[in-house]
Amino acid sequence: MPYELIDHTADLGIAVTAGDIHELYETAAHAMFEQIIEAGALNGREKTTLSITGMDRADLMINWLRELLFFWNGRELLVKRTQIQQVTDTGIAASIWYDPFDPQRHEILSDIKAVTYHGLRVEQTEHEWRALIIFDV
Amino acid sequence: MMELIQIDPYRWEVKKAGAMRVPARIFSSRRLIEAVKKDETFKQLVNVAQLPGILNAALAMPDIHWGYGFPIGGVAGFDADQGVISPGGVGYDINCGVRLAATHLSYEELKPHLEKLTNYLYRYVPTGVGSTGQLKLSKAELKKVLKQGSRWAVSKGYGEAADVDCTEDQGCMPDADPDAVSQKALERGRKQLGTLGSGNHFLEIGVVEKIYEPETADVFGLANGLVTVLLHTGSRGFGHQTCDDFLAHMARNPTIDGMELPDRQLACAKIQSSIGRQYYRAMACAANFAWTNRQILLHNAREGFQQALGISPRQLGMRQVYDICHNIAKFENHTIDNASRRICVHRKGATRAFPPHHPDLCERYQKTGQPILIPGDMGTASYVLVGAPQAMAETFGSTCHGAGRMMSRKAAKKSAKGRSLEKELAEKGVIARWTGKSTLAEEMPEAYKDVTEVVNAVEGSGISKIVARLRPIAVIKG
Repeated sequence: MPYELIDHTADLGIAVTAGDIHELYETAAHAMFEQIIEAGALNGREKTTLSITGMDRADLMINWLRELLFFWNGRELLVKRTQIQQVTDTGIAASIWYDPFDPQRHEILSDIKAVTYHGLRVEQTEHEWRALIIFDV
Repeated sequence: MMELIQIDPYRWEVKKAGAMRVPARIFSSRRLIEAVKKDETFKQLVNVAQLPGILNAALAMPDIHWGYGFPIGGVAGFDADQGVISPGGVGYDINCGVRLAATHLSYEELKPHLEKLTNYLYRYVPTGVGSTGQLKLSKAELKKVLKQGSRWAVSKGYGEAADVDCTEDQGCMPDADPDAVSQKALERGRKQLGTLGSGNHFLEIGVVEKIYEPETADVFGLANGLVTVLLHTGSRGFGHQTCDDFLAHMARNPTIDGMELPDRQLACAKIQSSIGRQYYRAMACAANFAWTNRQILLHNAREGFQQALGISPRQLGMRQVYDICHNIAKFENHTIDNASRRICVHRKGATRAFPPHHPDLCERYQKTGQPILIPGDMGTASYVLVGAPQAMAETFGSTCHGAGRMMSRKAAKKSAKGRSLEKELAEKGVIARWTGKSTLAEEMPEAYKDVTEVVNAVEGSGISKIVARLRPIAVIKG
């Protein structure tokens, strides 16, 4: 799942590339949680489903990551993996695998406090999909 | 092409042009202004100058740096009827702020016990990512916190009535309405009261190193060699969630008064609209949460000092100097075109700086003006300033808030490789305790601008005056 970290004075960003739009949203979620915890430290024993809406693909990306981030900072759940079941320009239906936070087992690497609209990009090029997201840390 | 014109040694301006409704004005110094020219910060201030109802000028303090939507270090006043209110103009960490307390202890008295005290405080003050406190409130009790602010904490035994007197707005914005906030925000807030959090938040033990204005310092309770406690934290997940909830709502409308917003993060609503009013009432809840949070943390620090040193409250003599907020929107009276008007002032990474005799100041500071607390990086110095009449004339009674980052976190970590920052700080006479794996590297002193340059610029421009310098001797980070 390819993504790059973007270095910014006060914050952290990710630049994601993917072969299709499903993978784009999945990779963005994966990249966000990899900043919080090493994916290898999670089992993803529990599963749930999620439906998200947005005004357009970019807004949808923010709302998707927002809702997943609330798993962590609102409910103390760490997301191991996501799978997009269905995606349109304005909606996502997805499955989420996660583990409840266990302070004995889970080392938190860094804090992501919010997903911002700043510099937000979700676009399709000739061969791939690209997204750029900046987090408040 | 936007041109930044120097007006005098401490003022720069972009003249009103194009979509700008007012000029953009930066209070700075020749050295600090160079950084502003390099990145997008300066464009962000020009964006703010385009918003409906903005009055006089879009303003920035010398510690201005890039933010989301509004720049950090930005101040903007809006007409209460025609103007806008913006979650991005306040920031995610609503009422992120600073509280300073002074003690009767001298550095010489404390020095032999400093390490023990730092360890105690590290145990007493929950730190780190998603840290939770000893308090787990029911939603009903949390709603009382949101309504009452600091008074709630004092009524539960966390601190003294005098702490509340020496807090901006007496630690409570009366328009707070818990029904305006989301269930998600309540859920995040319930477990986080009395916690420091992570990032740039800290608890610092310091010593008064230099007094510049002896009479004012005396009223503030500051004297050379006295030990102080400085706290920097905000409304934790509660404030972040509140900001995010309203950003999501307001961003659905990419225009305001028919004008397309230059940046989605600049999402805003008319102050008098239903969503604008709701945001203001919810933001006030987060402000009250933050004041309560700092009130509880100060109480924990007091207890930590007493237990670690085995002294009585009287021997410790810890008195709050002041508590100020950095991220807020408030209705205040200001003179616009020679007439007094109630306007909505946004301060994002900026501090209120009211002068002597301002009616909103408590009795103790009527003659001096409001104490202003400016933290620097953890290895150098922090400053105490006082409000001056010039701030009322030019900056809606506002001044700078701190040093501001200069280096990205990644760059700081890279620069810290192979070094022991703990040892480097110890060589400077600072004991450090921290929770996060990379906190110390990310927050290293050279990642920040020179705080002395920042306070010299606000003093040079006449909007506030330097009263005292504090030197850190121990720091606790998340």
